Amino acid sequence: MDTGKLPPLLLLHPDDNILVARRDIAAGERVEVDGAAFAMPVAIELGHKLARRALEADTRVLKYGAPIGSMKVAVARGEHVHLHNLRSDYLPSTSREIGNNGKTDGH
Amino acid sequence: MNAQLKNRPALKGFARRDGRKGIRNVVAVAYLVECAHHVSRLIVQKSGADDVHLIGFPGCYPNKYSLEMMQRLCTHPNVGAVLLVSLGCEGFNREQLRRTIADSGRPVDLLVIQQSGGTTRTLNAGLDIVRKMRAELAKQATVPMALNELIVGTVCGGSDGTSGITANPAVGRCFDWLIDAGAACIFEETGELIGCERIMASRAITPELGAEIEACVDKAANYYRIMGYGSFAPGNAEGGLTTLEEKSMGAYSKSGSSPISGLIKPGDVPPRGGLYLLDVVPDGEPRFGFPNISDNAEIVELIACGSHLILFTTGRGSVVGSAISPVIKICANPDTYDRMADDMDVNAGRILRGAELDDVGREIFSLVENVARGELSKSEALGHQEFILTYKQFEPIGPACLPAA
Repeated sequence: MDTGKLPPLLLLHPDDNILVARRDIAAGERVEVDGAAFAMPVAIELGHKLARRALEADTRVLKYGAPIGSMKVAVARGEHVHLHNLRSDYLPSTSREIGNNGKTDGH
Repeated sequence: MNAQLKNRPALKGFARRDGRKGIRNVVAVAYLVECAHHVSRLIVQKSGADDVHLIGFPGCYPNKYSLEMMQRLCTHPNVGAVLLVSLGCEGFNREQLRRTIADSGRPVDLLVIQQSGGTTRTLNAGLDIVRKMRAELAKQATVPMALNELIVGTVCGGSDGTSGITANPAVGRCFDWLIDAGAACIFEETGELIGCERIMASRAITPELGAEIEACVDKAANYYRIMGYGSFAPGNAEGGLTTLEEKSMGAYSKSGSSPISGLIKPGDVPPRGGLYLLDVVPDGEPRFGFPNISDNAEIVELIACGSHLILFTTGRGSVVGSAISPVIKICANPDTYDRMADDMDVNAGRILRGAELDDVGREIFSLVENVARGELSKSEALGHQEFILTYKQFEPIGPACLPAA
């Protein structure tokens, strides 16, 4: 299977406002989102998410067409969407570096 | 059902007195307190046999849940005979456990270390008992077994951003086909289904069952809130997952698209084929810590519900297997598969490189059949027989939970 021919970004559901990386994508690599080509502002690893379009703070983030949390801050199209800018609407997440993420951001 | 999956040769089972059939015929050596763990482990190791499995409960104080779990596990259809190992002074109700096993028609024996004269004498007595039990089980022939006599559980461990796109929905397809063929399939970890409660409730076969499902996810959210955080590990975040509800949506896809026939608790065996949700979060005020302290705690509960084998999806790369029931490892992430192929039965990550979801689902289905005919899964062949059982507390399920019973 020639993976180079497959688009590097997956849209899992038409309502989603994030895309998922099908493979590691380098910063600066040209990608196409909704018909518009642009250079990736940051590197993204396989399985991680990026903004399909500019997202305001408090925007509900949709993946599989379902809400997976809300933006803590606004991001531009193509930005990495992860622990630093997306919070759970249910329970805080934990990471090795900052322990209980919920306690550090007041969520 | 999927046309390619019809009219296949039968599975191979060991007939049990309660009418169920096992796909393995193991001798379980069970310690009844941590103080008997080492002696039990020595018996298993020195037996030199792959079909002698170590299980047990470490606590010294009696607990209804642990007794029920041990009774279910020791009379699981994959278990042919049981050797119980007690220190002697612990609170575990060894006589009730022994009676339950004997009543099931299985050979059972009990060694009490304080009465046997210590480590070496108990070890030698245990090796002798296990040798005789294995000789007895070796005489037992297999009988044909149908898919509608099979119970399959699923669990995810080390999930990442690929799990919900590849391995989990592929298991969901396999579940749909197994249920079409009459099998019972169980998915679980209500704490990892937080955010999916309304969608799940809408799949319940009655509105009352739907309400029970929503209530049990609420219970899980409350329990984890008191613990301080949800079922979310650092590796989940490193693999691209950000929130518990995102992990939940991915995990939920393991359930496929069949209607949900019931909500069960650890030790409840599905009464017939169909899809069942297993509630693993204790009832009442939190008492004993996190509901499931590691993936194997969930696997043990799925096995206590009668699961003959476990479909385990992983993105980051878990290597575990289990005592009693074989674990089939389905790898979600193609890079992880490339690194850890020796541990993985299925490369579902190839979906990201252009493979079809249905093809991977069919591969999992075939593997379920082959392992249920005696073929070893990768974790089995590598000798993985992890087991963990801790304190919990449950109330019995209500009548709305099993409308089909």
